[in-house]
Amino acid sequence: MPDPTSQPDIAIRLTGVTKEFDGAASAAVDDLSLDIESGTIMALLGPSGCGKTTTLRMINRLIEPTAGMIEINGVDVMSQSAQELRRGIGYVIQQVGLFPHRTIASNIATVPTMLGWEKSRSSARVEELIALVGLDHELLNRYPDELSGGQQQRVGVARALAADPPVLLMDEPFGAVDPIVRGRLQEELLDLQTKVSKTIVLVTHDVDEALRVADTIALMNVGGVVEQLATPDELMRAPANDFVKSFVGEDRGLRRLALNTVSALRFHQGPVVDVAAAFDDAERAISTEGTDWLGITIDGRFAGWTRVNDVSAARTNGTTLADVQRFDPIAQIEPSSTLHAAMELIMSSNSSVAVINDSGNYGGVVTLEDIRRALSSADIETADGTI
Amino acid sequence: MTPGSLPSVLLAEATNPIIRWEWVVEEWDQIWQAIVEHITLTMLAMVLGLIVSAFLAAIALRYRWTMTPITATTSLIYTLPSVALFALLAPVFGNLSRWTAVLPLAGYTLLILVTNIVAGFQAVPPAVRDAADGMGMSRARRVWTVDLPLAVPFIITGIRIATVSTVGMVTVAAIIGQGGLGRLIFSGLRRAFWTPMTVGASLSIILALVVDAVILVIGLWLAPWQRRRKSASS
Repeated sequence: MPDPTSQPDIAIRLTGVTKEFDGAASAAVDDLSLDIESGTIMALLGPSGCGKTTTLRMINRLIEPTAGMIEINGVDVMSQSAQELRRGIGYVIQQVGLFPHRTIASNIATVPTMLGWEKSRSSARVEELIALVGLDHELLNRYPDELSGGQQQRVGVARALAADPPVLLMDEPFGAVDPIVRGRLQEELLDLQTKVSKTIVLVTHDVDEALRVADTIALMNVGGVVEQLATPDELMRAPANDFVKSFVGEDRGLRRLALNTVSALRFHQGPVVDVAAAFDDAERAISTEGTDWLGITIDGRFAGWTRVNDVSAARTNGTTLADVQRFDPIAQIEPSSTLHAAMELIMSSNSSVAVINDSGNYGGVVTLEDIRRALSSADIETADGTI
Repeated sequence: MTPGSLPSVLLAEATNPIIRWEWVVEEWDQIWQAIVEHITLTMLAMVLGLIVSAFLAAIALRYRWTMTPITATTSLIYTLPSVALFALLAPVFGNLSRWTAVLPLAGYTLLILVTNIVAGFQAVPPAVRDAADGMGMSRARRVWTVDLPLAVPFIITGIRIATVSTVGMVTVAAIIGQGGLGRLIFSGLRRAFWTPMTVGASLSIILALVVDAVILVIGLWLAPWQRRRKSASS
């Protein structure tokens, strides 16, 4: 029964949760309170020994708290048997832990089998999941040892999602695969999350991973103390204290480039006019921007750059803008690109601006100055020169 | 063997061929009976040994501190001279009782079987157990459907070693009138007649090899995932 006092959008609520292990000098987790919003990814980030895994394992009662209360959708986790509770929570671990003696299909169907699903329902679900995690249907009859690490991890995720649990617990899920596969799996997780909208708690010691996948990060210190609870951008922009600063590293400003997209910028028209524009308008755009280049759009799409000298010559010769020689655009990006990608493009193409194409239509230009201003405008913290 | 029997054996060597096929044909019924008895004794000893070992291994896995005394006891049993043990038990159960042979034979399997069963369960990857628990599997279900199947290759290895050594050891039980093929060997020795010894010894070896192969195949059949192990690319 849902607790009427808890807000409906909080999926997991920890209240004063403490864990003291027998014989340990101090508590592994001390009086931790944390709300995790429904349908979001919360990263428990921190150094080893900070109690992040202990916290995660208390949610599905693999570790029983010494004190405090944990609720999932308003229901105390202690109100049912640990086994029942766990069957309703997805669980993904670093070493995957697939059953080596069972086929992939049978591994994915573990929880449905325990829940007593009909065979047909269970196998239909298996088919659905293998496609969802982007694996070939043919792998279903293989054994785990016949799969690569990345494939195994995808199967692990499919297995955790089998009974469609609202909550997914992931303990260093991508820690055992190489960096390239890890990046791909992180992307796939985000992609998957747009389809399944689970409440995900993800334990990691990898700052980049937390920044990349989490909606909210709880940065924890030894003893299960949350040093800062913030969105990835906030954590980079306004670290709460020295511990946070030193944990996330010196390159916070650069990391923010990867966290924000071009769409966050105020689009800037730039020295760009339609091909049918009058020469007066074209020259006004040039003088406003102070460039020696003029961009041309045709039917709302960016068509290329012209030289200002060529434009003046055309006016003198009495031809039109359309006749001026155009150079192909070299740096073009989508609004969904990161600022990091925009900056990289500007630097590597050796131009001063990148053209923003919003699904083909011209959206504006972005300069290095635009990027710098966007990062600094949000907070005065950047005034100390850390950006 | 008494020291006095040696000269006659050496003498026999000079006058007897290693095998006389007419004897094999004539005495085939007796040979066949010895084979059947040999297999029966081996199987009884193995079944009894497995039951006791499973019980001991379960205790050792549940209560870690019992592992040392259990290993010490089974090792001690393993070191007892078999001839002495058979002789010792004969008055207890009587020469004609199968158990006089089966009990010591089963006793000798314990060390190998317990060690392998325990190793098999201990080799289950912790992550596999963690995943099983984390998905809400009950302990009993996990032991029977996850731990046990994964321990099978180790247990099979133990059964193979124990069975092969039991097949060899059964022959010794001939000193108390049991012993399957061992009886042929002993009667040959007593009569200084090579053929039964050759037949008994070779059949015992062949039997060990065949039984080993059969258990190997059963093991592969029980653990199909081990056959298809190969590396895959990402």
